[in-house]
Amino acid sequence: MSTDKHIVLNDVHKSFGPKSVLNGVNLEIGRRESVVVIGGSGTGKSVMLKCILGLLHPDSGSIKIGGTEVSGLRGRKLDEVLATMGMLFQGAALFDSLKVWENVAFGLIQGKKMDRAKARDIAFDKLAQVGLKADVGELSPAELSGGMQKRVGLARAIATDPEIIFFDEPTTGLDPIMGDVINDLIVHCVKATGATAVSITHDMASARKIADRIAMIYRGEIIWQGTAAEIDNSGNEYVDQFIHGRADGPIQMDILKA
Amino acid sequence: MNFLAVIGQVVLAAFTDVGRLAVFVQNAVRHCITPPIYPRLILQQMIRIGYNSLPVVGLTAFFTGGVLALQIYIGGSRFNAESLVSSIVALGITRELGPVLAGLMVAGRVSAAIAAEIGTMRVTEQIDALVTLATNPFKYLVAPRLIAAVITLPILVAIADTIGIMGGYIVGTKSLGFNSGVYIKNTVDFIEYQDVFSGLAKSAVFGFIIALMGCYHGYNSQGGAQGVGRATTNAVVSASILILASNYIMTSLLFNT
Repeated sequence: MSTDKHIVLNDVHKSFGPKSVLNGVNLEIGRRESVVVIGGSGTGKSVMLKCILGLLHPDSGSIKIGGTEVSGLRGRKLDEVLATMGMLFQGAALFDSLKVWENVAFGLIQGKKMDRAKARDIAFDKLAQVGLKADVGELSPAELSGGMQKRVGLARAIATDPEIIFFDEPTTGLDPIMGDVINDLIVHCVKATGATAVSITHDMASARKIADRIAMIYRGEIIWQGTAAEIDNSGNEYVDQFIHGRADGPIQMDILKA
Repeated sequence: MNFLAVIGQVVLAAFTDVGRLAVFVQNAVRHCITPPIYPRLILQQMIRIGYNSLPVVGLTAFFTGGVLALQIYIGGSRFNAESLVSSIVALGITRELGPVLAGLMVAGRVSAAIAAEIGTMRVTEQIDALVTLATNPFKYLVAPRLIAAVITLPILVAIADTIGIMGGYIVGTKSLGFNSGVYIKNTVDFIEYQDVFSGLAKSAVFGFIIALMGCYHGYNSQGGAQGVGRATTNAVVSASILILASNYIMTSLLFNT
């Protein structure tokens, strides 16, 4: 594991109105490391990710990327930071007004002002990397299956050769086999580009496959972290309950009990 | 106590909305006038907002011109002033009915479409995706629509004016028995440049309102399909009301000569 810290979250707080979602998140992610944050629905995973990306501004605390404070950045400065990142969204979030290849090339053409023809070549290259044939590039995203959309989303995320790639529930909504295909692609793409990877998921099979290190978030705090191998002997009853998917345990779902 | 709390909540919510809209407008306008500007996207939106609205606006103008001729003929005949039909049709269409009716029709068509499109992009995280691809959604989504609407609405209204006057002419000559030459001469003699330009200037403001309401409600929509539906309704209703209200204000302030 590298000692070079790429992303450092220090005591990050975020609340929406009276509802506090992040209660002091502390997390350090090394360069070229793949960290998976696990946790149930509504525990603050997505909010944490959006804070790192600058889509949400934390109420307090610091988020450093490569040593630079990014929380509170706006406008062009935020764009500069974002240009070093890629993200695969849960629902792929492809632009349905554009063709598949234009989606993949979007960050190159709009973000990096690359020539269209050159960006198109790179887009088809990236599509091939995620196992899609060239003719898919001319289709519109609505014509693709969920698994294919995820692959296009992955191609778009890696198109600009980002230093950090975020994965928001990469396998959610896919069948187990397609989920595993996506996991393999993620591992492969992260290795190939040498990027730092941050994923959030509640799919343990996916977490075990793509993580160097796993951190568990519960009620807006990181309650445990360790290597992927350590998770089965974490000695943490919250983690044990989560990875075995038991309804009984210290984690109580916010549902009305009879 | 409870009653007072409710009043307080309503007032606070209203101020919040006004404030949020003001910030949105400021952002939107700033991105309209600072580079980069996307001519391709503006052109695309001009075709959607302008060209595709032609049938609706044209038909509205045609029938309005026709009905105006009929009504003014009936009203005018009570004062033996039937000969005024052509000039009043021209005045009414260019100063008021052309811009307002075209504005309302386009509000129904375009505000709804913009709100639905941007709202869907919001709830499917496409707007977040734009940001992560280092593209400002105001620049890429809002600015082209605003610019396109402000440019195309006056063009649409100029066409609507022409078709509306023609509708009056057809009814006037074919069913009310006016002489074609006299009708055209009366139209041209009475109408002034200012009548036309005041209408076109108002329509540019209507264009801004139409695109703004679509973008604003779409951009702030939340909560899935239902949220997008609500955004669409709000966009059309607020655009229509703002068009009518701003029309009154502009007419009374600027064009009362």
